[in-house]
Amino acid sequence: MNISININGETVTRDVEPRTLLVHFIRDTPGLTGTHWGCDTSNCGACVVQMDGQPLKSCTALAAMCEGHEIRTVEALEVDGKLDPIQQGFHEKHALQCGFCTPGMLMTTRALLDENPDPTEAEIRMAISGSICRCTGYQNIVAAVRWAAENAEAEVQS
Amino acid sequence: MQTPARFDYERATSLQGAIASLKEHEDSRIIAGGHSLLPMMKLRLASPTRLIDINDLTDLQYIREEGDEIAIGALTRHVELLKSELLAEHFPLFKDAELVIADPVVRNRGTIGGSLCQADAAEDLSAVCAAVKATVVITGADGTRTVPMDQFHLGPWTTAVGEGEILTEVRIAKRPGGGSAHEKVERRAGDWAIAAASAAVWIDGGVITDAGIALSAVGLTTIDLTRAEELLRGQPPSEELFEQAGAIASEDCMPIPDSRGPVDYKRHLAGVLTKRALRKATARALS
Repeated sequence: MNISININGETVTRDVEPRTLLVHFIRDTPGLTGTHWGCDTSNCGACVVQMDGQPLKSCTALAAMCEGHEIRTVEALEVDGKLDPIQQGFHEKHALQCGFCTPGMLMTTRALLDENPDPTEAEIRMAISGSICRCTGYQNIVAAVRWAAENAEAEVQS
Repeated sequence: MQTPARFDYERATSLQGAIASLKEHEDSRIIAGGHSLLPMMKLRLASPTRLIDINDLTDLQYIREEGDEIAIGALTRHVELLKSELLAEHFPLFKDAELVIADPVVRNRGTIGGSLCQADAAEDLSAVCAAVKATVVITGADGTRTVPMDQFHLGPWTTAVGEGEILTEVRIAKRPGGGSAHEKVERRAGDWAIAAASAAVWIDGGVITDAGIALSAVGLTTIDLTRAEELLRGQPPSEELFEQAGAIASEDCMPIPDSRGPVDYKRHLAGVLTKRALRKATARALS
């Protein structure tokens, strides 16, 4: 079936099987491999993208179900060479080592900050409770989100 | 790579259209949030020949007061149940449960209708709806019928929803003097319960006039603790009474040993969580 999905503001059209998962649609067709394909069971959170502004585990959505919705991936965070504050926060606070969970963490916490610009540590930990990081122990990720909250003026795009 | 077996896909544009398609196509299934069905399809535990996507049927997405009842549309997402002030006021056990159902990202998609129809014994909302004695509205080509929660689960992963029918609404009667709570123990964030207990009490003149208690994850289906409910009716609430109800929960549950724990541990948890849920439900009813 022919599927058209708006990904990062551009319409991507492809003839796919109904069983094609969103994560593969994103990675295969426009080649946006920033979205990571992890556990495949909606547990790890590496594949999180935003659908209409809400975080979504893209391994557990059919591409066909996303037609007519706006998908935003990690590639959309940086604009004209300027990092989103949440990306800058991960850099400043060393919130990653291997980086596998990072795209999902970024899209999850970007959505958190859009809804709640000044989250507490508990709110941050709740928001990322569906994302697994085996490197950092989460402490630096929490610090990075706080950094982004405190440096939101650096934001240049939405 | 986990991929479901092949199926046809259609996006429903009306409830009647979805029902007609269900009837027309053998082994077709409704998909809403998909966060239970798609993982099952990846594991070939489910292999429907057609998925009928009802996510556009936003008429089924609401939480509202209708007379002396709260009505919840089947397509209402977990996150909406979590944030509903109306539910928090009348049935706070929904919020208790939603804080520990899966994780916030999954809660953006999963629906109450999907959770109930999944009918997994470890799923929380089945116990929640059983404890508050909800009824579910099931719609077919010939109209609607209602089924009380204690008749909804026919067995593991099996419900009263028949062929060519869709669960469309959950209704809960608001009764004076009510209080409710849900208590769950899980190994880690987002996991299924090791055990969970939902409790509701209705108190009038210092006496429990009615009670509902249901357990998750300690049997083949959600377990209604009718023996404990009978014990509570007509009694003034007390720690001793809750202790006895907890003892009944430990006796009447039917856990199996698995990676989440041995049977004696799960029986112990069922008792403790029943007692805690009753204690909290009573405090809320009296506040």
